[in-house]
Amino acid sequence: MRERGRELTIVAALAMLSGYLSLTQANFRDAFTISTILTNAAYVAVVGIGMTIVIVAGQIDISVGSMLAVCALITGTLARAGVPMPLVVLASLLLGLGMGALNGALVAYLRVPSIIVTLATLTVLRGAIVWWTKGYWVMPLPPGWKVLGTTHLLGLPLPVWIGWAAVLAASILLAHTVFGREIYAAGSHPQAAQLNGIDTARVTFWVFALNGLLVGLATMLHVTRFSMVQTQEGLGLEFLVITAVVVGGTNIFGGSGTVMGTYLGVLLLTVTSSALTFLGISATWDQAIRGAFILVAVTADIVRTGQWRQPVGWA
Amino acid sequence: MNIRLLWRERVLIGLLISSGVVLALLSDVFLTPANLLRATRYAAEIGLVALPMTMIIISRGIDLSVASNMALSAMAMGLLWQRGLPIWPAVAIGVVTGTLAGWLNGWVIARVRVPAIVVTLATLAVYRGIATGLSGGTGILGFPESFLALGAGTVAGIPVQTVIWIAGIVIAAVFLTRTTNGRYIYGIGHNETALRFSGIAVDRIVLGLYTASGFVAALAGMIYAARVGTAKSNAAAGYELSIITAVVLGGTSLAGGEGTLVGTVLGVLILTILQNGLTLARVPAAMQDVLIGTVLLAAVLTYRERPMRKEVSAQSTSQPAPRRAAGRAMSDPENTLAAGEERRKP
Repeated sequence: MRERGRELTIVAALAMLSGYLSLTQANFRDAFTISTILTNAAYVAVVGIGMTIVIVAGQIDISVGSMLAVCALITGTLARAGVPMPLVVLASLLLGLGMGALNGALVAYLRVPSIIVTLATLTVLRGAIVWWTKGYWVMPLPPGWKVLGTTHLLGLPLPVWIGWAAVLAASILLAHTVFGREIYAAGSHPQAAQLNGIDTARVTFWVFALNGLLVGLATMLHVTRFSMVQTQEGLGLEFLVITAVVVGGTNIFGGSGTVMGTYLGVLLLTVTSSALTFLGISATWDQAIRGAFILVAVTADIVRTGQWRQPVGWA
Repeated sequence: MNIRLLWRERVLIGLLISSGVVLALLSDVFLTPANLLRATRYAAEIGLVALPMTMIIISRGIDLSVASNMALSAMAMGLLWQRGLPIWPAVAIGVVTGTLAGWLNGWVIARVRVPAIVVTLATLAVYRGIATGLSGGTGILGFPESFLALGAGTVAGIPVQTVIWIAGIVIAAVFLTRTTNGRYIYGIGHNETALRFSGIAVDRIVLGLYTASGFVAALAGMIYAARVGTAKSNAAAGYELSIITAVVLGGTSLAGGEGTLVGTVLGVLILTILQNGLTLARVPAAMQDVLIGTVLLAAVLTYRERPMRKEVSAQSTSQPAPRRAAGRAMSDPENTLAAGEERRKP
């Protein structure tokens, strides 16, 4: 029940932070602020779900930011060319799936370590898309573009609901399906999983493909809120997402972690960012505080669980 | 130094020469001494930090915070100088700042036993964040000539930082291949548990490695600031990826226990030559990234060929998982048998 402990800690931290802000800052209680925080968190959370699954499987994917940029710029171009929005969304999902499958094939079947594969695709995909767009932003976009991102349902924007649905679906997938349990098995002890008849290569491949698909979805939740697509879309997203996953209690070496923890981690990071604004601290300190968060969260976790004796380093 | 080269180092030399030939055909300026020496100015920054990075990766660790540390140290130096401290004491304090930052990484990794990737991912944000916070987002300009010489001057026709880099390579090579602690680094990467049981102060070596990484990153930060003439918080952004790319391209295994400094230096040179030559050949920067990423993947795929064949016949321990099983076997005799049997089977 280690994960639950972490989740409760984050909920407590979130409650204290939001409680303090609500009492001292009248603006923070605003429905608009809450809705903004949830919307900002939604797309990061969807990428975070994919990253959680990849990390639980004992892998890592640092190419998510570049994949998001590719999906965003290509779908933006399609929308400008007059392709109807449902097809644009489908294109984003398929593009993400395709790029994820590429990562997955290289890791699972050519057996190149995932950090090298995704380091390479991080560079290649960003380079290719900037080269293709020549660095120009994609704008203006047709009026239908912002429907997905700005439509409200029961007072909250659609991306928030889609994000929640994705968190729920992924939680069920990980906890209650054969494939989900195979992911934990492959991540905690690949040899044992293999001996138990789990095709770990297949699991690895689909984990990356699924991650790509989720990046495609996240792209749609993110870019349809704005009236242009920039080439630097998603830059540094991998660090933000991995931070949220680690803060959310997922073991960076694989084998344990929950999507709910990641969602709470994303919320905590987002609330902290806006807390800085409310408390009048310059946004330049945002990154330092975010980093301190990981350090404190992980150190506390290691001290609390008494897991001092794990080997130095990672592989 | 050892002249025997590994298979992948020969691949790298071939790659270096062939890309040199292609680039020389693409541009007249490329194969001139002036251009190649200028290219080493950039190579030296990446190359210096890549030296301790190679050792850290050999020890099965990683340091993602190096580029942030470069910016932090340079920022500390710049701010002190701006507030009236003479330039060289400011540089010294900047280097001490970076060394302490590296020591902090090492302390949390070796003593608290937080995974290196998590610690340095966190300090990547923390150090860059402190640099940004302190600077308020603006750069510091107008350093004295004596300091700028560090980034733009020459010694006997060779750029200053290139001389520093070469000295660094020699020191690192002697340490890694000719000293006991240097050899232990390979041991830590291969089987840390065995080294601990042999009574070797693994924690102290690990702490030393990350501290050295901080020191070298700070030095490279000073060189960077002197080369561009500015101390800024976004200095060297993304360098950590170039540095790790160079090390991995050089054949060091992220699974630990394997790697050479010769490979790393070749990796740095190939990266630099590609960037420099392709720029001269008017290939857009974005397209260069595509090429470099592809070269990285292709090189790593080439390396895989040979060890994999060996693995089948000799069941080498280069895979992380069997090693994990072997570590566990110490407390569990049944597992030892199972692992031994598995090894004997083929």
